[in-house]
Amino acid sequence: MNDAEFALLAKILKDRSGLILGDNKTYLLESRLVPVAKKHDLTDLEGLVAAVKNRPSENLLFDITEAMTTNESFFFRDNTPFDTFKEHTLPSLLESCASRKHIRIWSAACSTGQEAYSLAMILKENAAKLAGWRIEIVGTDLSPKVLEKAKAGVYSQFEVQRGLPVQYLVKYFSQVNELWQIDASIRAMVSFRPGNLLEDFKSMGAFDVVFCRNVLIYFERDTKSEVLARISNQMPDQGVLFLGGAETVLGVSDEFKPIPGQRGVYMIDR
Amino acid sequence: MKSCLVVDDSKVIRMVARRILEGLSFEVIEAVDGKDALDRCLETMPDAVLLDWNMPIMSGIEFLRELRKTDGGDAPVVVFCTTENDMEHIREAMEAGANEYIMKPFDSDILEAKFTQVGLI
Repeated sequence: MNDAEFALLAKILKDRSGLILGDNKTYLLESRLVPVAKKHDLTDLEGLVAAVKNRPSENLLFDITEAMTTNESFFFRDNTPFDTFKEHTLPSLLESCASRKHIRIWSAACSTGQEAYSLAMILKENAAKLAGWRIEIVGTDLSPKVLEKAKAGVYSQFEVQRGLPVQYLVKYFSQVNELWQIDASIRAMVSFRPGNLLEDFKSMGAFDVVFCRNVLIYFERDTKSEVLARISNQMPDQGVLFLGGAETVLGVSDEFKPIPGQRGVYMIDR
Repeated sequence: MKSCLVVDDSKVIRMVARRILEGLSFEVIEAVDGKDALDRCLETMPDAVLLDWNMPIMSGIEFLRELRKTDGGDAPVVVFCTTENDMEHIREAMEAGANEYIMKPFDSDILEAKFTQVGLI
């Protein structure tokens, strides 16, 4: 693949998802787009590039974007954010939301749902404190394919071993042949819907907590600022934002400030 | 440096586990079955045990039950690593005192993730 062809595919990805494809990601394009070429009866990657240049179908552009944006996810990824949520965020939400007894959490770019379900399991473990409360966890992703898997809550043996404590596997999963399905009681706590961070998400309503981890890292600075500004508009004054370990709001957003002692966690700064 | 006793009757699995664990800065000791493992624990209790289930002479679950009855045997963190990948075996292992459970096949990511979860890393 030459530089011009790489640039063409990278532009499609950026325009449709905001994601920036580094120059060293040719291998990723090749490994992920060859199956897309086959699906569209194109001989190879060169055939796919030719089709993209020549009035491509919406389906083809959609499949290219979906293939390139499907990122891996696992339960309790990086541990620390979930410990922070359990030990700091949840107790403060119990105070700040006491009058309405309603907490809304957004797992943005949720991929196959492990982050949203990890939060649901933490909340389930704290069911006694949350008796009488209404909890909503919403997972969004731009890929319908990953959302389908997230909704089903069915994971491979490999997936349930990366980050998920065995005690939770025993407590909250059932074995279905070679696969593992998260229990209906946990699935019922989470709803999944399509959502693109580049598009307007006002209609989703307000969220007390937003997990937007390992997404902004792929965006350009201006896109990061714009997305963070719109996320902040969806949050109340006591809202809490979780970013990935390699991400920060510093120099990108004035709407959030770091919470001291809680790495990767930010509060609204109005 | 923490120590990990790798208990498996397969030389290949012991070698693979050793390579991963040494990469995670563990001192690795090996045992070929449950009885061999128990003898080694009676000499010196390791910080962790990576334990196969099906082995000749003494199985992993028999070893674990004996270990937990032994003086100081409640200290090692025991992580099963076995082809027994059904809920019944997992529950049985947890009831016998296992701290974590790896279903084979495993790789370095899974082993590291499990050892991190139980505070060994």
